[in-house]
Amino acid sequence: MMSAREKERQNAARNRRELIAAGFSRRDFVKMGLVTRAGWLVPMRGLSARSLRSDGEEDGQPTSPPTTPFVEELSMMPIKQPVTSPLTPAPTQAPNHTGGEGRTRSHQAFLTSPPQKYYMVEQKEAFVSISPNLDLQRIWGFDGISPGPTYVARYGEPVLVRNVNKLPPKELNGGFGLPSVSTHLHNNHGPSESDGNPCDFFGPFEKLDDPRRGDFYDQHYPNVLAGIYSTHQATQGDINESLSTLWYHDHRVDFTSQNVYKGLAGFYLLFNQFDTGDELTGFHLPSFPNFDIPLLFADKVIDPTSGQIFFDLFNLDGILGDKFLVNGKIQPRFTVSPRRYRFRLLDTGPSRFYQFHLTDPANLSAVNSFWQIANDGNLLPKPVSVSNVRISVAERMDIIIDFSKFAGKSIYLENRLEQTDGRKPNGVLPAGQGNFVLRFDVTGPAVPDNSVDPALITKFYDLPDNTAQPRVTRTFRFERGNGMWQINGQFMDCTSARFRVKQNTVEKWILQNNSGGWQHPIHIHFEEFQMLKRNGVAPPPVERGRKDVARLQFDEQIELFFRFRDFVGRYPMHCHNLVHEDHAMMLLWEIDDTGDLNTRP
Amino acid sequence: MGKISRRASLAIIGAAPLAGALAVRAEEAGDGLSSSREVIRSRYFPNVTLITHEGRTVKFYDDLIKDNIVTINFMYADCGGVCPGITMNLAKVQKALGDRVGRDIFMYSFTLQPEHDTPAVLKAYAEMHGVKPGWSFLTGDPADMELLRRKLGFVDPDPEVDKDKSQHIGNVRYGNEPLQLWAACPGLANPQWIVESIGFVDWPAGRRGGR
Ligand SMILES: [Cu+2]
Repeated sequence: MMSAREKERQNAARNRRELIAAGFSRRDFVKMGLVTRAGWLVPMRGLSARSLRSDGEEDGQPTSPPTTPFVEELSMMPIKQPVTSPLTPAPTQAPNHTGGEGRTRSHQAFLTSPPQKYYMVEQKEAFVSISPNLDLQRIWGFDGISPGPTYVARYGEPVLVRNVNKLPPKELNGGFGLPSVSTHLHNNHGPSESDGNPCDFFGPFEKLDDPRRGDFYDQHYPNVLAGIYSTHQATQGDINESLSTLWYHDHRVDFTSQNVYKGLAGFYLLFNQFDTGDELTGFHLPSFPNFDIPLLFADKVIDPTSGQIFFDLFNLDGILGDKFLVNGKIQPRFTVSPRRYRFRLLDTGPSRFYQFHLTDPANLSAVNSFWQIANDGNLLPKPVSVSNVRISVAERMDIIIDFSKFAGKSIYLENRLEQTDGRKPNGVLPAGQGNFVLRFDVTGPAVPDNSVDPALITKFYDLPDNTAQPRVTRTFRFERGNGMWQINGQFMDCTSARFRVKQNTVEKWILQNNSGGWQHPIHIHFEEFQMLKRNGVAPPPVERGRKDVARLQFDEQIELFFRFRDFVGRYPMHCHNLVHEDHAMMLLWEIDDTGDLNTRP
Repeated sequence: MGKISRRASLAIIGAAPLAGALAVRAEEAGDGLSSSREVIRSRYFPNVTLITHEGRTVKFYDDLIKDNIVTINFMYADCGGVCPGITMNLAKVQKALGDRVGRDIFMYSFTLQPEHDTPAVLKAYAEMHGVKPGWSFLTGDPADMELLRRKLGFVDPDPEVDKDKSQHIGNVRYGNEPLQLWAACPGLANPQWIVESIGFVDWPAGRRGGR
């Protein structure tokens, strides 16, 4: 019988033959970064991105078997549909322990924002194809798919999602993953008990009296504008704090990297009277879902000995894959019409930083600019013309690409950011030498484009005032000592909150990274911030909006402005490199009506 | 339980475009569960020979890890940096876990200085810290200790930092070998929280021990 290694070699040869048969020359492969001098269909520089151990050994880190890129069409996630008959047992304001719910606190806004739509989602194991060259992969997905279904929500329409844990028992996890979960709605302006706090995990626990023991957890999403119960009661919240691109993912403390890597993530989109999803109305942005496309990026390694997704269990620094998945498929292609499209880019990690460019392999010296319209969940004050977008784990970037100038061609979404260390990116690679993660074939039919030219948009929203005097300025240093990721020298602990914020006040938070050895995408739950300064100066235009992830780069200090409103309770702040957050680079803070003045919590 | 995954994998074989390849895989791998456990064992757990602070000769996988819930950390007796704090923390963890330590939970501290840390040195260290049965301090051939350290990921990616023992990795791994559940927490975290974390990988209800 053939060894795995021999099979791998045979597959590589077959794939290479297929590509040559498809009319590519060897030079094309080299340009596309798909073949090395030795003729292997393996990633070359910048693609060979596994984290190496200190001695350069590939200790414990396998190389994925070869796959043929750009043969499968991009997958679209289905739109999540509400239930058609009432949930049983009926949702309740207080946790329904006897009915099997693992929630521990009452819904804060159940009466003020009663749910108008009800959803039920099941987290379960499934076997899915991520490439025609690979075995079906054992994944965990919301509704058994990864990415999970896309929620389409509207402001003023509160919803309730019943999250049902149907994951296999923990002894059947297939090598990694813990079937006790907490689903975080990332960027949600919502109450703590529905936030998906890492410490609010639930599952079929051993202890019968554990309040988190349960089969389901009801999450209530009010879909309200910030300020609704505080600064902007008269207008039902501040329209300038409207959100658009949110996402949901498992956030189980200590096991988030395993569970998200296993597939537990998806999109949650919010529309309003301006960002309508219809290009004939409001801001006239490309219509959802035909021309408004969520793109979920994930990098993974496939273990050639098992044929299954490989997770490095004993990695402390960051996990890098050598296969790039977009919407659950390795390097798909997307047939587009020659018109404008909105793409919502989301980096789900576990640890990788990307810098995306549009690359035409026939003209590598060309700068193909596009528009960035949003950063994280928020439309920018106005569109910004860019030649690339930098994105770290959990950030979202909405962009508009006009394909009319590429009619009949194929162009690539290329990641030119090299990364060989799970803790940080290296430099930017020359055009054509990065990772081609997605191919756009601009061969679709000519169709009307009623979306507006972003160059003509002078304003989306005004930035809310950020000049108010902070009640307290708090400083957080993100450090590493003896391999232990820490914030102000301390570590994650679900049993206590590190500081208390007084509701309806303004605070300034200063985030510091005193190292050139790592970068951290820092995420703060619930309230968004405005970045006042990056290293003492105003941030670049694409960061002059409201955000929920601050990319803390080498030796940087970032100043953030916050206003805390509407809900009370505990929320976390953490590094969103999933490996760092699972190694305790996280803290809990709490909003109450008194607060404290701890400047270095 | 094994039947479920077998049935699932058979269903997939029927539907898959690469049915032939999958059928071969299923034959080779048998049950999906045992194969992923085997993958983890071969990748991370070299079965090296070690000596405990009580002078017992043991095999890393066969005698220490297999079928157990374990904690793993690295230290050395002369360490004046993070080790004393971590060892004191772990002593509190041992106390809180009570008589389960030594029964189905085992704690292991591996020396980074096997040349110096003989079983006698480690025994004195353990006694000084009030270590109870079920928590072993281990030494062995330096090459084996180094292999273990690398396999278990107690390595800094920066070779200069990695060479400096005073900056050694201070995390504590906790895991359940038969259930393939592994995670880690800082050795300087709140000991009560470390105890709770170890509970994350506890046996499912109605099942004690992996044997
Ligand atoms: Cu980090």
